[in-house]
Amino acid sequence: MNDLTLNRRTFLAASALAGGGFALGYRVALAAEESASSLEFNPFIRIAPNDTITLILHKPENGQGAVTSLCMLLAEELECDWERLTWEFAPVARVYGAPMQGTFGSSGIRSSWKPLREAGAKARLMLQSAAAERWNVDVAQTRTQNGRVLRNGSNDSFSYGELATAAAQLPVPETVTLKTPQQYRLIGKTTPRRDTLAKLTGQARYGIDMRVPDMAFAVLERCPVFGGTVQSFDAARTRAFPGVLDVVQVSRGVAVLASNTWAALEGRKLLDITWDFGPLATLSSARIREMQQALLKTPGAVARSDGDVDAAFAQAAKRVSATYEVPYLAHTTLEPPNATARIDASGAELWSGSQIPGLCQQGAMQVTGLPEERVKVHTLFIGGGFGSRGGGNVYSEAAEIAQVAGRAVNLLYSREDDVQQDRYRPCSLVQLDAALDAQGWPVALRGHVSCQHFQPLRNGIDREAVAGLADNDYAIAAQHFEYSPLELEVPTNFWRSVGASQNVYFMEAFLDEIAAAGNKDPLELRLRLLERAPRLRHALQVAAERAGWNTPLAPGRQRGLACVSCFGSHNAQVVELSVENGRVRVHKVTCAIDCGQVVNPHTVTQQMQGGIVYGLSAALYSEITLENGRVQQSNFHDYDALRMDAMPEIDVIIIPSDDPTPGGVGETATPAIAPAVVNAVAAAIGQRVRRLPVAKNLPAQA
Amino acid sequence: MATITFTLNGQPQSVEAEPRMPLLWVLRDLLNLTGTKYGCGMAQCGACTVHLDGEAIRSCLTEISAVAGRKITTVEGLGTLEHLHPVQQAWREIDVPQCGYCQSGQQMSAAALLARNAHPSDADIDTAMRGNLCRCGTYQMIRAAIHRAAELQALAVDAMALSPEGRV
Repeated sequence: MNDLTLNRRTFLAASALAGGGFALGYRVALAAEESASSLEFNPFIRIAPNDTITLILHKPENGQGAVTSLCMLLAEELECDWERLTWEFAPVARVYGAPMQGTFGSSGIRSSWKPLREAGAKARLMLQSAAAERWNVDVAQTRTQNGRVLRNGSNDSFSYGELATAAAQLPVPETVTLKTPQQYRLIGKTTPRRDTLAKLTGQARYGIDMRVPDMAFAVLERCPVFGGTVQSFDAARTRAFPGVLDVVQVSRGVAVLASNTWAALEGRKLLDITWDFGPLATLSSARIREMQQALLKTPGAVARSDGDVDAAFAQAAKRVSATYEVPYLAHTTLEPPNATARIDASGAELWSGSQIPGLCQQGAMQVTGLPEERVKVHTLFIGGGFGSRGGGNVYSEAAEIAQVAGRAVNLLYSREDDVQQDRYRPCSLVQLDAALDAQGWPVALRGHVSCQHFQPLRNGIDREAVAGLADNDYAIAAQHFEYSPLELEVPTNFWRSVGASQNVYFMEAFLDEIAAAGNKDPLELRLRLLERAPRLRHALQVAAERAGWNTPLAPGRQRGLACVSCFGSHNAQVVELSVENGRVRVHKVTCAIDCGQVVNPHTVTQQMQGGIVYGLSAALYSEITLENGRVQQSNFHDYDALRMDAMPEIDVIIIPSDDPTPGGVGETATPAIAPAVVNAVAAAIGQRVRRLPVAKNLPAQA
Repeated sequence: MATITFTLNGQPQSVEAEPRMPLLWVLRDLLNLTGTKYGCGMAQCGACTVHLDGEAIRSCLTEISAVAGRKITTVEGLGTLEHLHPVQQAWREIDVPQCGYCQSGQQMSAAALLARNAHPSDADIDTAMRGNLCRCGTYQMIRAAIHRAAELQALAVDAMALSPEGRV
């Protein structure tokens, strides 16, 4: 998280605007060696004399509602006129968190919570002080309401715009008292999204919609085997296709530039490329699985070790063992990856919908050799992120093509490019063992994870590779988890909820196996084991009660549940489904969420529904497989997602919380849905699905 | 190259294009109407849905030559900011979009459904909308918005019937 107030090198500063008005924001304290351009003042708020107030939004909008929620945080403390508050995406700048400026880890609100409210409160106090000076009264004799400063005991008032230029000259208050939750006017109330109308009328501009003068539409043919390179190519037929403007070789393949996207795509089909496929040309999913199985036979790095696991297993009344696995997953955001780049003598300029525009800048710097201050990045709406739009190759690819071809390009991944050239959620193979006492309660848990890492190892561990498993909240005294990294050049990446997206499935499905072996109800077992995790325990109780856990079901229907604490929030889900003719039909999902202080209930509901649909799509259908080093899937016909006719009813319960700080919601609902589904499937057919996706691994007799 | 003439959002439109070029790319790249989105290029996701003579079609697989002389409506022509289409009004009331990328296509499919079926059932909605993917998972809100749009459309029809000039 890039919580600005945690960075000692930043401080809040005010500045007058050219033409009058007031800006307030953070300035970076400079180390001597840093470039002068870092002195640029990048504000969070601009207040113009005409009363227009602008929030400079340092988080991108990939559907999570950052635009609206962050406007709410500022407006709450600034007490401005909500209707006159506008916003614009921030440029990339260190003060906004660059190079890690962006939205990831469900941290958008959490990392903005304090700095944005403080900025709003301090700006308001400065406006009050400016008014108090004009009236020659103490600031305590003033108050604010809806974009105006009012003088107590009179009808006198000034608008913020009228005070802005004077306020810019005042010192920024050192400290300020923020509102208590009881004083909130906006925070916690359902507030219409500010990006909705643009998205309903075709006016919202995404990366794919970017047009710059003399721009070419470009696609890039990459080696179908990861890590392969171009040996030689013949582009004569491509160049002859009407509309094709140029063909250039770049480090990752051969790019076709054209006057329209279709010509670029059609021209690309005519390329004749000889590839050097490299060392992964024989890789297959079966081979990867063998490698994982071998790793599980050797000791891994210890991720957690509590109590005497060996003794507990030796004395166990009963033991349960299972092997679980999940496949590689692509992200398939509906807007495929794309970036627009223009390079000229003055530097490089990029336009993109990126979750981390700071990394987009870094990618372009690497390719072009240009310094930070000469690579400008503009942020546009993102047509879905889900972890895929952090770094990625598309930005450096676009910059390199623009540089080599000598013209601006909008580089687009076709859907086939996206599915076959993504950076994937790694596949994982896990061995789990539990020891039960004579009463059927678990006393020891042992797990061993084998998968590629999401991020570089630290002391042999990638915490994400074991997140949701090794850090479980269950009071089982003896627990031991090991991690064996699978070193492989298949590109991997974060995927909505990251490690929890797979490990919570393993943990929660296996816990139901433990419950069955000990003859316990799955809810009863969890409630007993969560005595020291009261918020998660409560969420589970709320979901179970709302779903009628112990009430009779309609014929043919079964329930399953799962729960997890992640991203600072606590989530429990109960699924109701039926299995008919070998197909799973999910009818209803009851989802209880405790995310602390809610900012916008509507976006919490959206994120719960969205997180569940994203996780359910993967749990039911999704699998990326490799053969001869190539991804075998290519588009939605063989890498499908949940559709309207399979959509369950989702009942979201937002639990009132005493926690005055917000928890994350963007990824929180994704992990629990897969285990809740397989737990209900087990209730329905008496067999556990230990490998996802469900549709391909349901026992034949089901 | 050929000159193809058709009606686009109520206005005559003429375009020079390869006859095989899909309507999607004519709209986006030649006419700069970017509200219609690319998602798959093989009629699997519905992001490119527009109306051809009032019917929902996938513009990614519709060659421009097939459009000659016919009427195309895109999301830009569905309603105006001052007079939103009932589908847009309902989508706004329910506050449906997340990333928003699929919503042009979703609304065009829904508008075509409501034009031929004033009060669609949930099963009708399943059938008409299953071709439109939403990776953000807004389906439940889309379903609610279609039912709401049906109400708004009925109110508008009633208002028109009551108006002496037959217009609102």
